Amino acid sequence: MQAFSQLLDSLILTPGRNAKITLLCDYFARTPDPARGWALAAITGELELKSVRPSMIRALIEERMDAELFALSYDYVGDLAETVSLVWPGTHGANYSPPLNEIIDTLLDTPKDKIPTLVSHWMDRLTPTARWAFLKLATGGLRIGVSARLAKQALAKFGSVDVTGIEEIWHGLEPPYLDLFAWLEGNADKPAPDMSGAFRPVMLAHPLIAKKDRDNPDAVDPEMITAEAFAAEWKWDGIRVQAVSENGERRLYTRTGDDISHTFPDVVEAMDFDAVLDGELLVRRKDGGVAPFNDLQKRLNRKTVSKKLLTDSPAFIRAYDILQSGETDLRALSFKERRLKLETLFAASDTHRFDVSPLIPIESAQALEALRNAPPEPEIEGVMLKRWESVYEAGRPKGPWFKWKRDPFLIDAVIMYAQRGHGRRSGKFSDFTFGVWKEVDDGFEITPVGKAYFGFTDEKLAELDKFVRANTIDRFGPVSMVKATREEGLVVEVAFEGLQASPRHKSGVAMRFPRFNRIRWDKPAAEAETLDGLKVFLSESA
Amino acid sequence: MIRPDQILKPTPAGLYCPAGDFYIDPVRAVDRAVITHGHSDHARAGHGAVLATPETINIMASRYGETFTPTRQPAELGEVNDKNGVKVWLAPAGHVLGSAQAVVEYKGLRMVCTGDYKRRQDPTCARFEPVPCHVFISEATFALPVFHHPDDRGEIARLMDSLNVFPDRAHLVGAYALGKAQRVISLIRETGYSEPIYIHGALKALCDLYEDHGVKLGPLEPATLEKGRAKEEQAKFAGKIILGPPSAFRDKWSKRFPDPLDVFCSGWMRIRQRAKQSGVELPLIISDHADWGELTQTVKDVNPEELWVTHGREDALCRWAELEGYKARPLRLVGYDDEES
Repeated sequence: MQAFSQLLDSLILTPGRNAKITLLCDYFARTPDPARGWALAAITGELELKSVRPSMIRALIEERMDAELFALSYDYVGDLAETVSLVWPGTHGANYSPPLNEIIDTLLDTPKDKIPTLVSHWMDRLTPTARWAFLKLATGGLRIGVSARLAKQALAKFGSVDVTGIEEIWHGLEPPYLDLFAWLEGNADKPAPDMSGAFRPVMLAHPLIAKKDRDNPDAVDPEMITAEAFAAEWKWDGIRVQAVSENGERRLYTRTGDDISHTFPDVVEAMDFDAVLDGELLVRRKDGGVAPFNDLQKRLNRKTVSKKLLTDSPAFIRAYDILQSGETDLRALSFKERRLKLETLFAASDTHRFDVSPLIPIESAQALEALRNAPPEPEIEGVMLKRWESVYEAGRPKGPWFKWKRDPFLIDAVIMYAQRGHGRRSGKFSDFTFGVWKEVDDGFEITPVGKAYFGFTDEKLAELDKFVRANTIDRFGPVSMVKATREEGLVVEVAFEGLQASPRHKSGVAMRFPRFNRIRWDKPAAEAETLDGLKVFLSESA
Repeated sequence: MIRPDQILKPTPAGLYCPAGDFYIDPVRAVDRAVITHGHSDHARAGHGAVLATPETINIMASRYGETFTPTRQPAELGEVNDKNGVKVWLAPAGHVLGSAQAVVEYKGLRMVCTGDYKRRQDPTCARFEPVPCHVFISEATFALPVFHHPDDRGEIARLMDSLNVFPDRAHLVGAYALGKAQRVISLIRETGYSEPIYIHGALKALCDLYEDHGVKLGPLEPATLEKGRAKEEQAKFAGKIILGPPSAFRDKWSKRFPDPLDVFCSGWMRIRQRAKQSGVELPLIISDHADWGELTQTVKDVNPEELWVTHGREDALCRWAELEGYKARPLRLVGYDDEES
């Protein structure tokens, strides 16, 4: 536990990628099996100790301190494990430090009703840093700035092998990875696990930056976009998924490899093919079109899916690509060849749970750009460009695929409320509610239309923070109310992806993905957008 | 009986005493000011008259120039001044050299404003003394149960260990120019370290001032490179301690040192995400403010009839006071830095 908590503590404070890899390699070299394997599982998010839930930890701490003081602390720190580790009334001089595998074995062997007592017993005896590492481990989700990919790169360096060799077999391996470490240390052959139903690493696209942005080295010459070189298709506003159906195993994964099969039984039931597909998970409207993202959102993160939800919001997959057909891995073929196989697969099928994403003919880059900004359906975010010759390559390679998103909508709004951020932004106001003018009998009143958390640099954040401190007129807990009148108020340009009617919101509208584009110190508050002016976007985006 | 807000009341310029016509730590220029300590958010230039400890007055003169106020009213700790029948005196606060609590008494009601304070022993200033009062006005910079400052000698030991582990790296220690820097130097000297400590130019005047007030800091040298010999000179900083204000570490100044290792001394270093954000490699939890345990213990020690809470996390300290049966109110004064930078 000591070595593991030191590793986590060092990783969180080490900014450089290479330095992190070195720390991980050192740890793998110094730590025996099975402890290092369990640590690897924790870091890559493969360790699931279902018996320890964050809600249980909250309950334990609230038995020990005032719930409101805990809430204020948690709000400030922004990380449950860190907050609890700091406020837990520990025993003075505590320094209990069992090996990692002992903790995990005990947790796995303890009946659920005895877990809270066991956890309290350990928490009382660990140092604050060890308490933090223990909670991170037990509740999952380390948030220490190390991705699963980085951990695999460290493994590759540790064993002097290629990282793709590890990624290939990764989803067939299980903690504590004795066979993997044996191979990496040269004591055994490469493991050959059964990969049926396993997730394949996904290929992602870079945003396309038009040549006019000359300062950007990644800018692309639009002349390059020709029908000979590229296939174009719509970028649908759903969730990118991978549907795997092989040897009787049927799985639905998110693009990060989370298994969401149980949430979409309607789709899984229709996977009567033997293939691995890449596509967009969407919800179908009654008339057969694509329903707004909101409808899909209602279906996410559910343990059980009601009949009503299945009927009201039927899900389907719009397929983009095929990675495997039967026993044959197709990833080394060109997009052109794969596309043909994809079309063949569904040519004779009459399922409404799967269809093939249509290609858009490319007449010219200009014509395509026009289509990108005025797509035929509102649930289209833009255009995808894929080189006909591109192989299916894990990661985000530069060059073969581009996403060319629709330009965001822009409005000028007035800042109304500010709230302190969490964690790394805990000292500064970083969450803002903004509003527009609503016409009332005797003039205008401000009405909130959205909230933005991101889209500014630390420097801009500091300027906003200063403004809020100087212009606060009232407070409600962590929220500050800021001066927002026709005469005095700060205008910000807000970018957003779409607008939907929403009876839940006071203004009657809800923005999708709003963020601050720039601060308009120059603009008088009275010249900000009106609610009627904003509602014009309703017809454009829905 | 007189009401507390007839003696001190929050205004946009700071805490104001109507009966005595003076402000405590005003955030804008006023006719008469009582200043608790020399940090720039509490001690501003341009007041008509300044009542403070002689050390604080010297600090203000050093920072703002000799003409920072036309009327200096140095007051030793415990020396009582009378302003229109309002008695004012200063009691030690243990925050930095010269820091004091302001005690105000009128018609039998006593109020104490702590300014910034800490309870622990600090080799560079007089230790905090609890003053019994009716209304206690406490700072709240670290008023959350997550803040527990460990023993400062243990933190300094981590710095000394790092010098042994990385003898080739220049250890750049970020510490606030007034108070924190001198305390950290004193703590380093207590470990027996007698080599020169290199300091950024912004620390020089205040270190000299501390020495003048009898705080021994040992050999200090400027962290500068001789012109034209930069390459050869760089080597002399390997494995050495270089102290500077945190702002200096974000600019070109820090680039001159060989393979620098960033160290930062602040109570905020308790929160990992904060330490991570500031890009610090070795965070040291050393603070000149009271931690949660000290803040709550002090309220118990003073045992006031009413607690007022200012600058920081007012809500948590008020909530605690409410649970303990104290009458408490947050003041929401604006203009004091939330950061201990």
